[in-house]
Amino acid sequence: MADGFATPHEMQRMTKPNPSKRNEIMRSIYKSRYLYVLIIPVFIYYVIFQYVPMYGAQIAFKNFNPFQGIWGSPWVGFKYFTQFFESVYFLRLIRNTLAINIYNIVVGFPAPILLALMLNEVKNRVFKRTVQTVVYLPHFISTVVIVGMLVSFLSPRSGIVNMVIKSLGGQPIQFLAQPGWFRSIYVWSGVWQEAGWGSIIYLAALAGIDPSLYEAAVVDGASRWKRLVHITIPCLIPTIIIMLILRMGGIFNVGFEKIMLMYNPVTYETADVISTYVYRRGILGAEYSFSTAIGLFNSVINFVTLITFNTISRKVSETSLW
Amino acid sequence: MEGINETFGEKLFEAVIIAILAIVCLLAAYPVILVASSSFSDPNAVITNKVLLWPVNPTQKAYNMVFGHPEIWRCYGNTIMYTLLGTAINVFLTAAGAYPLSRSDFCGRNFFMAIFIFTMFFSGGMIPSYLLVKNLGLLNSIWALLIPGAVSTWNLIIMRTFFQNTIPAELQEAAFVDGSNDLGVFFKIVLPLSTPIIAVMVLFYGVGHWNSWFSALLYLSDRSKYPLQIILREILIQSSTQDMSGGAISDQEMIGETIKYATMVVATLPILCLYPFLQRYFVKGVMIGAIKG
Repeated sequence: MADGFATPHEMQRMTKPNPSKRNEIMRSIYKSRYLYVLIIPVFIYYVIFQYVPMYGAQIAFKNFNPFQGIWGSPWVGFKYFTQFFESVYFLRLIRNTLAINIYNIVVGFPAPILLALMLNEVKNRVFKRTVQTVVYLPHFISTVVIVGMLVSFLSPRSGIVNMVIKSLGGQPIQFLAQPGWFRSIYVWSGVWQEAGWGSIIYLAALAGIDPSLYEAAVVDGASRWKRLVHITIPCLIPTIIIMLILRMGGIFNVGFEKIMLMYNPVTYETADVISTYVYRRGILGAEYSFSTAIGLFNSVINFVTLITFNTISRKVSETSLW
Repeated sequence: MEGINETFGEKLFEAVIIAILAIVCLLAAYPVILVASSSFSDPNAVITNKVLLWPVNPTQKAYNMVFGHPEIWRCYGNTIMYTLLGTAINVFLTAAGAYPLSRSDFCGRNFFMAIFIFTMFFSGGMIPSYLLVKNLGLLNSIWALLIPGAVSTWNLIIMRTFFQNTIPAELQEAAFVDGSNDLGVFFKIVLPLSTPIIAVMVLFYGVGHWNSWFSALLYLSDRSKYPLQIILREILIQSSTQDMSGGAISDQEMIGETIKYATMVVATLPILCLYPFLQRYFVKGVMIGAIKG
């Protein structure tokens, strides 16, 4: 397949003795020239919008001044990193980031797996398809609308949740103005929105299980429960491990858009995470070097955790991303 | 063969699962139904929680006010334009990057693949990206919303896998024998055979543009360029802070609640209308991604 598209004439040329290596490379590049026409714009996009910001991240080690530019600003070493580690916010941000993610993994990770396993047991196609259509749908609703719904439903005066609490004889709760409620609202609304969508990948894995395994089990007299425990779940384990590595690898990474829409200064205590803090200090406060240092710190620990969890998984279960 | 020898326990097992799924389904659908019903209800009934499932005293008052709001119309138009233009750029660049990577005879394939994939694991971060857009003079330009996220590496890999597994190599070879070059094959053979994956990409990128608000918050300062989600944020979330202060509910606020629900419906309706038709495509798209993942 390597030379699948070469014409016989070119093949002959390439098998001639002693072609210099450089010429050979030039020739294969020339042969791919139209493919280069396609990929070069994409390559330029990656260089400018992905790699130039990585180069720009050096301002974390500099006292960035827009007039001197990224290259011309003076070096300050780890000053901003030290400033961040010593600040009162450091521990709070790490704690909140980890707490939200761990809560999210404990609740949000098993939900799509259970959903997929249950859907897999349903034989009535119409019912299965209806449930799938309904549970995938919230994934497509925008974060702004989701948070808007939370604000309206949880409103202490006109929200339906507080109406239920009041009719049961309780006092209305200002859900979005209490630090104690923030993480639960964030995580459970996320389960509502994403559990259905997340189940697709497991349903795909379940559909790929060899039917002869089930047929053999039926012949051996295995009940549905036994087939679930001894065939379905073991076949799903590799997919579960891959998804878990990805989730654990992103444990220092929180989607900040929903938090930014949900939080307010009253709930910063439990809601403020690294990325929202970078936004406030960097964009709103224009402290470019300081906030870049925090962002870079975050990128590096994300990278390291992903590699660590992948390595652990490869050693323990022989399943890994690469 | 199944079902014949089922014991009572096995039938009960399935019945319990169906019951649980029915409850899950209701829980998933209820908030959406409640939003839609509230938007058509009498404002007074909404604020006093009379709306539990179906609209109470149906009225279109809220919709009349939403449609009479010139800024909502303008932002709606902006979002449609950003979505169409942005999705076209996304899909074209993703396909153009994915096709060479799907060809095993492409010289430099591993180099480009490595360059692209590395960005999935490491990035420069929010502030350097912001400064880049600023230095390029794109602040307050619509291109700041369209260009910086033009290619998603994840989608590029999905598309590459599709090209590799679905487009027969013999078909491409036959075209080369007939004198086509790589560009001809890409435009005349590969793209026309890839409508399922293009549909998936249009859906993924299109929904992303429709729902996006953060880059507009970051880069746009001119209200006339705002997309719909930014206005939604003002109406749905920012206006609600006075709600926490307590006190009597004014008429204005009373209508305000139904207007909120009506704007949610108006903003989400286009996606909800397209969604059932695209469902079989996006399930396929996620599955292609899963093969690679």
